[in-house]
Formats: sequence, structure tokens, C-alpha cells
Amino acid sequence: MSSVAQKRGFGAALWDWMTTVDHKKIGILYLIGGGFFFVVGGIEAMIIRLQLLKPNNDLVSAGLFNDLITMHGTTMIFLAAMPILFGFMNYIMPLQIGARDVAFPFINSLGFWMFFFGGVFLNVSWLVGQVPDAGWTSYASLSLASTGHGIDFYAIGLQIAGGGSLMAGINFLVTIINMRAPGMTYMRMPLFTWTTFVASAMILFAFPPLTVGLFFLTFDRMFGGNFFNHTMGGNTIIWEHIFWIFGHPEVYILILPAFGIFSEIFSIFSRKRLFGYPAMVFATVLIGFLGFMVWAHHMFTVGLGPTANAIFAVATMAIAVPTGVKIFNWLLTIWGGSIVLTTPMLYALGFIPSFVMGGVTGVMQGAAPLDYQLHDSYFIVAHFHYVIVGGVVLAILAGVHLYWPKMFGTMLSETLGKITFVFFFVGFHCTFLIQHWLGFWGMPRRVWTYMDGQGWNTANMISSIGALLMAIGVIVLVVNIIMTTVKNVRVGNDPWGDGRTLEWAIPSPPPFYNFTQTPLVRGLDTVWIEKQEGNKTGLTFAEPVQDIHMPNGSIIPFFMTFGLFIAGFGAMFHQETSWGLPLLIFGLAWTFVSMAVRSLQDDLGFHVTKQELQRDIDNANKGGQN
Amino acid sequence: MSEVEMYKRTPLEQDLFIRRSKETMRGQVMMFSLMIFMTLVSFTFVVAHLQGVEGFTKYLVIPLLFLFAAVQVALQLFYFMHMKEKGHGVPQMFMFTGAVFAFLIPLTFVTIVWW
Repeated sequence: MSSVAQKRGFGAALWDWMTTVDHKKIGILYLIGGGFFFVVGGIEAMIIRLQLLKPNNDLVSAGLFNDLITMHGTTMIFLAAMPILFGFMNYIMPLQIGARDVAFPFINSLGFWMFFFGGVFLNVSWLVGQVPDAGWTSYASLSLASTGHGIDFYAIGLQIAGGGSLMAGINFLVTIINMRAPGMTYMRMPLFTWTTFVASAMILFAFPPLTVGLFFLTFDRMFGGNFFNHTMGGNTIIWEHIFWIFGHPEVYILILPAFGIFSEIFSIFSRKRLFGYPAMVFATVLIGFLGFMVWAHHMFTVGLGPTANAIFAVATMAIAVPTGVKIFNWLLTIWGGSIVLTTPMLYALGFIPSFVMGGVTGVMQGAAPLDYQLHDSYFIVAHFHYVIVGGVVLAILAGVHLYWPKMFGTMLSETLGKITFVFFFVGFHCTFLIQHWLGFWGMPRRVWTYMDGQGWNTANMISSIGALLMAIGVIVLVVNIIMTTVKNVRVGNDPWGDGRTLEWAIPSPPPFYNFTQTPLVRGLDTVWIEKQEGNKTGLTFAEPVQDIHMPNGSIIPFFMTFGLFIAGFGAMFHQETSWGLPLLIFGLAWTFVSMAVRSLQDDLGFHVTKQELQRDIDNANKGGQN
Repeated sequence: MSEVEMYKRTPLEQDLFIRRSKETMRGQVMMFSLMIFMTLVSFTFVVAHLQGVEGFTKYLVIPLLFLFAAVQVALQLFYFMHMKEKGHGVPQMFMFTGAVFAFLIPLTFVTIVWW
């Protein structure tokens, strides 16, 4: 383990990762899985931009273009952005609250494998050649009319992955409520933990509607249901409502952890306490609540009527208020701080104007009458890429640079990091700023090509060049990661020098039990307080060294999820083949047997003894780590 | 875990503990009787309505039944599922939030989903 370096074969290492229930390893698995799908979604985006590079282009067919945009959106939201953020939440949040793991380590592992198999299921569609093609929103009339198994892959794949997200969310909630270290009151929690908390609560309330909607869709397509079929008394609009009751909170689920990461960065690299911490917390909670009250602003043009539109328009604009509170608090955190322009700080500084632009266009669309003009135009594409890329993706990239040393014990190159930032940031604005005007000039979204002579040629060219710049930025990041890993220069506990929260007071990477003793939290930014008072380690302990109870690893989550994966194919083919139904039953039975095995076996975990801990502490003191 | 700590209550604490337990038990029994009584009353309402007793119209009985049901749910939650005790603030908040969403979303559905 941590104290005894062992040489292990590849098989043993793979087994270790497949059975792990350690929140840190699962966090890294989420980052790897999410990173992989980020690249897949990115390649799809590059093909989209190549297709739109010039008018009347025929690089891809119209049908393939629909596949590409659908899979780009679905992959980026469900399989890239969410898992990568889950990765950070998993790794960092328990460290920030002084816990040794999440509340349910087994369920944590189950959540990861459900995301992974759901993502693989969705992308198997490319291999079969029947790909989801009704847009990432998959509106019911269109998705019911879609031929082939494309939408089936969407419905079942997202069902499996969504179950994983729900488990992760509940797990984080219970962890934060029950496992905070002594002294860590709610109002002393670091802001990343707070945003994790609120985002998890939103997952708890937002994912069940998605589950219901996807089941309806599954029944309609595969089991002869008629929930959305208006010729049989169903209602096609219901899908839109259900989807957006989930879908709008979903974008806040994405952006809140991003806000959390940036709050940490501003505070660390301005060397100041976060300005207006209580207001930040309040704003986070308020955004969480309001996020549920605005879903119909995606449906202004459906014809809900002026009263409903007006109500939802006002609710939408109200969200700008807590968001504005956050923006000003970040600005006032930087104000008068002793600013260090590291790579994460550059991302954070770039984030503020980018996200504000996305927010302002959001308020524009929130005005229902104007939305009638903007609806389904490239303006919408520009808006949501400004909030998702300008907010979430910048936060992910910033978080990778900020937490890399904590996770892997090596520092990413700052020079290459800044090169990544410049390429990505310039590329991002180059791609999406011009798309606002493309929208004004009448270019509809989701078109596979356009005619010459409409004045859209140059703008599309600029947009595609920007996409290339972003791709270069990501490639530089990958090079940076490979170079850093090969060089392997180890760093100490607090590589940035100004860490404020508990994760910066333990070794990088932390031992598998995180804290030798549970820390005592004496205020907001407790490590900073300790350091100011001359305590070099940054920690005061709440208990003597004693045995630690830790959970055992388990392969069962992998098998449980594998059963669902198999059952998915059974459900998909049960109408046209004879083996479909048996396969469906077999897959579900497999899952239930795995669950039974888990329930019946007595797995009480193991103890890390006092002696082992003492040896680790002595080693650390001898090694003279800072 | 590794060390088991035995803690002996003082006689005073023991007295308090016993008194508290008795009070809790008394509360449980009282609430249980009250709930059974309310159930009987509800059944009586329905029987009275079915027998055509004057005054027990549909419009009186149905709202009353809902009211009684709500009271029973509250009693169940607070007394038998321990929500009135300390340390249940967070579950309460999540349950009430869920209840609000579960009320508001169907409300908008019945008001703005057309066709």
C-alpha cells in the first residue's frame, strides 16, 4: 500500500482498479473515463466544424451530420462534463471535509461502472452504424419517427449512465451531511464542497424525471407504449417538459461545481479569504432552487401562452441576480489580493468575462418575445457554448492544472499550461463569438450545410479555425501530461504554496486512508489559519493515532452493471429476434444475482493498525516533506 | 472498534433516562390511539355517506378524508418515524423540498400542457 512500495504486474494493477472502492481511485477513473469521452466528443465537434467550413460541403452526409451533432451533445454533457466533475468531487470533496472516504464506497464504485457501461453502450451505436440522430434533447415526435436502433441506444445508454449519476449524487449528499470532521460546520465548508452539496441535491431531484422520461421513451420505442404518440392518445409535448425539468437543472449541476473550482482558485491565488463567503453560499443555494423553476424557457415557442411564458421569463431573469452576486464576489476576492498568475488563475480570470457573456445572452433569450427571433438559430448555439465551454470546460481545465499535483504528486508544466490556455481561450472565442452574428444573420442550428451567397461563408470559416485552435490547446495539454508523467518530479503537500483547505495539508498523492488522524477544523480555510498561527503542518488533530476501519474492494459493482449492459441489448433486439427476450431476462437475472451475492456476503472491511500509521507518520517526518 | 469503552450512568442520569423513556412511550401510545380513532371516524363518515345520512354529502366527506389523511401522515412522520427528534433537520428539508417539487410540477402540467 502506501508505506510498502510493491512491484505489481499489469493484471494485478488492472484488478486493483476494477475492484477499487477508494474515492480517490474512483475519482481518477472518472477523470480517465470522462477524458476519453471528451476526446470522442471533441473529434465529433471537429468533424462538424470541418463540414461547415465552406458552403455546399459534402464531407459528411446529412444523416451522418445528425448523428454527429446528437452524439457530440450527448457525449459532452453526460459522458464528459458530468463524469469529469464527478471525478473532482470524488477526489477532492472528502479531503476538503476531512473524511476518509465517501459514505458508501461500494455505491461509489457502482456509480462509476454504471456511467462507464452506459457510455460504452451509447457509443457502441457507432460500431453498429445505427446512431442516435434526434439531437441531444431527442424530442419525442422526432425520436419516435427515427428508424433503426439509434434512439434505443440513446434511451438505454443514458438510463444506465443516469442511474450512476443518481447514485453518485446521493452518495455525496450523505457524505457531506454526515462525515464532516469535528468543527467543520456547514458555514465553514470550502465552496467547492458547498457547490458539490447543492449540485448533488439537484441531481437527487432532477434525475428521477429523466429516468421517467427515458423509460417512457424506451416503452414507446421497444415495448409498444404510446406515452408520446398523439395518434394513440399520448402527448408529444410531455417529453419536452419532462426532459427540460431534468435538463435545466442539469446545466446548473454542471456549472455549480465549476463555480466551486473557480472559487477555490480565486481564493488561493489572490491569497485572500473568499469575499462574501455567506453570500456565495446563499447564492449557490438560491441558484439551486431557481434552477427548477425555469424549465419552460426552453419551450417558449411551443405555445404555452403569454401568461406561462411571462412567468417563466421572469423566473429566468431572476437567476441572473444570484449569479451576479457570485461574479462580484469573485471580483472583490481578486481586488487588492496578492495575485499569482498561475495557469489555474489564468483560466479563472478568463472565465469571468466569458461566462458573463454567456449569461447576458441567456437573459436575452429569457425575454420571451426576443426568444421567438433567436429560437433555433446559431445564437442559441453560441449562448450555450459560452456558458458550457466558457464556464464548465474552463473550470475542468483549470481544475486539472490545480489538482494534478494533489492527485499524482507531480506538477504540470506551467509554460505548457499557459500555452494550452492561450490556444484554448482564443480558439473558444474565435469559434463561438462569431456564431452570435451567424444567428442574427439567420443561420439555423443543426443544418448540415448551407448555400453560398448568404453572407455566412467567412463567419463559418472563422468559427472552424477557432475549433482547430481549441484542438491544438487540448493536444498541448495531453503532451504536457505525458511529459510531466515521464519526468516524474515529486512535489510536497502544498505545491502551490498557498493552499487554504484540508487537502493541501496531506501528502500528494494522499495515502489511501487520507488522514492519519481526523483533523480538527477551526474555521473557514482552516489550513490557512493554522499556517498563519505558525503551525507548519497546517493540521490540528481531533483524535490520537488509532486504528482506522477501511472498506474492502469488490468486483461486484462491475458485474452488476455488466448485467444491465447485457439486458440493454436484450431490450433493444427483443422485438425482431428470438434471442432478445431471453438475453434481457438473463442480463437482469445476472444483476439481481450479483446484488444477492453482495447482500448475503459478510464483508466487514479491514483495519489499518496504529503501528502502520505510526510508521507512515515517522517516515513522513524523516523524509522532511513540507 | 479497537477499544470498547464502557460508560456507566449515574443514578440521576438513569432516573432521567427512565423518565424520558416513559414519556416517549406514553406519547407513542397516545398517538397510536388517536390515529386508530381517526381511522374509525373516517370509516364512519364513509358509512354515513353511503347510508345517505343527511349532511354527509360527497363535498363534505372527501375533503374531510383528505384532511384526516394529511394529519395521519404528519403524525406518522413526526412520532413514529422520529422526525420530531433532534438531528432530523436535513432529512426534513429534503422531504419538504421534494414535496414542493412534487406539487408544483404536476400543477404546471395541468395548467400549461395543452393538447
